Amino acid sequence: MLRLFKADLHIHTCLSPCTELNMSPKGILTAAKKRGIDILGICDHNSSENSLAIIKAAKKMHIHILPGLEVTTEEEVHVLALFDDIDNALKLQEHVYQNLPGKNDEETFGMQVIVNDKEEVLGFNDRLLIGATTIRLDEALRLIHAFEGLAIASHINREAFSIIGQLGFIPDDLELDALEISPSITIEEAKQKFPFNYPITCSSDAHYPDDIGKSYTSFLLQDGTVTEIKKALKNEDGRKLIH
Amino acid sequence: MKIKEIIEKLQLKALAGQANLDVDVSGGYTSDLLSDVIANSKEGNLWITLQIHQNTIAVARLKDLAGIIIVNNREPDDDTLKKANKENVPVLCSQEMAFEISGKLYELLKA
Repeated sequence: MLRLFKADLHIHTCLSPCTELNMSPKGILTAAKKRGIDILGICDHNSSENSLAIIKAAKKMHIHILPGLEVTTEEEVHVLALFDDIDNALKLQEHVYQNLPGKNDEETFGMQVIVNDKEEVLGFNDRLLIGATTIRLDEALRLIHAFEGLAIASHINREAFSIIGQLGFIPDDLELDALEISPSITIEEAKQKFPFNYPITCSSDAHYPDDIGKSYTSFLLQDGTVTEIKKALKNEDGRKLIH
Repeated sequence: MKIKEIIEKLQLKALAGQANLDVDVSGGYTSDLLSDVIANSKEGNLWITLQIHQNTIAVARLKDLAGIIIVNNREPDDDTLKKANKENVPVLCSQEMAFEISGKLYELLKA
């Protein structure tokens, strides 16, 4: 049976250097529950190391967690990669790590905290997660799809680190599944400003618990999975994106 | 040459980091790709860019750059200026394009 799912497909955790410790599994899930979010996409910069902790912590909470990453391509375009299977998220992470130069400077960029589902700190990631990979945009999209993931261009309404800000326009023949807008613009404004032939998703890009679910996308799905969302974005089998 | 002399000669407007204008400038680096600046700029360089978001300040700080020149009369966000003042990174604004300001800075530093 198809039903409505509220999805916030883009949030960060305390692993992203630009967040605080309150973006822990508990902090995130409490906020998501309060906002009535059914599907949550975990997209830290160039890493998926906190996805498992949130998947585990969300058991019994009736929130579907999609493990993912926000990949920074060579062109400094941010792209969301979301998966059903955490092993696939970790496979993409492995590619990203192999192509991500630099070490984090905690004082300059912030801490990159790896946690478990019990709110315990397991360690610190010392890679330059805020940096750019040497993976080209088209190659990143190819990789995401090779691992059965969903590829969404992040916050296209923003100038910084967006596909339009960095490349000027959306090149032809890109394997993008959707374009994301951030809460600073409405869907009506976005449709006018970006009349492209791609579905548009709305997400919070939350860096603070209070921002989770501030903006979300409604889908008509059978289950809270990437497979189902892919169908909805293509209007298949009754699955739908609802604005 | 010190930043304050460059400000005068290139008619720049200092928007932040005014406490740090006595620094010697070692050279310039012109780029809008942050990863490129992280990889290739040198300590003491003035960074010429049109980027106005706050990550630029973190990059300037990481690489110990002398400061940032923002071209095309673009106005940085408040967050960027706040962060620049906190980190003591001079942010200078120019009405000219990156091509012109790079050329003029090159001539100045060569002399």
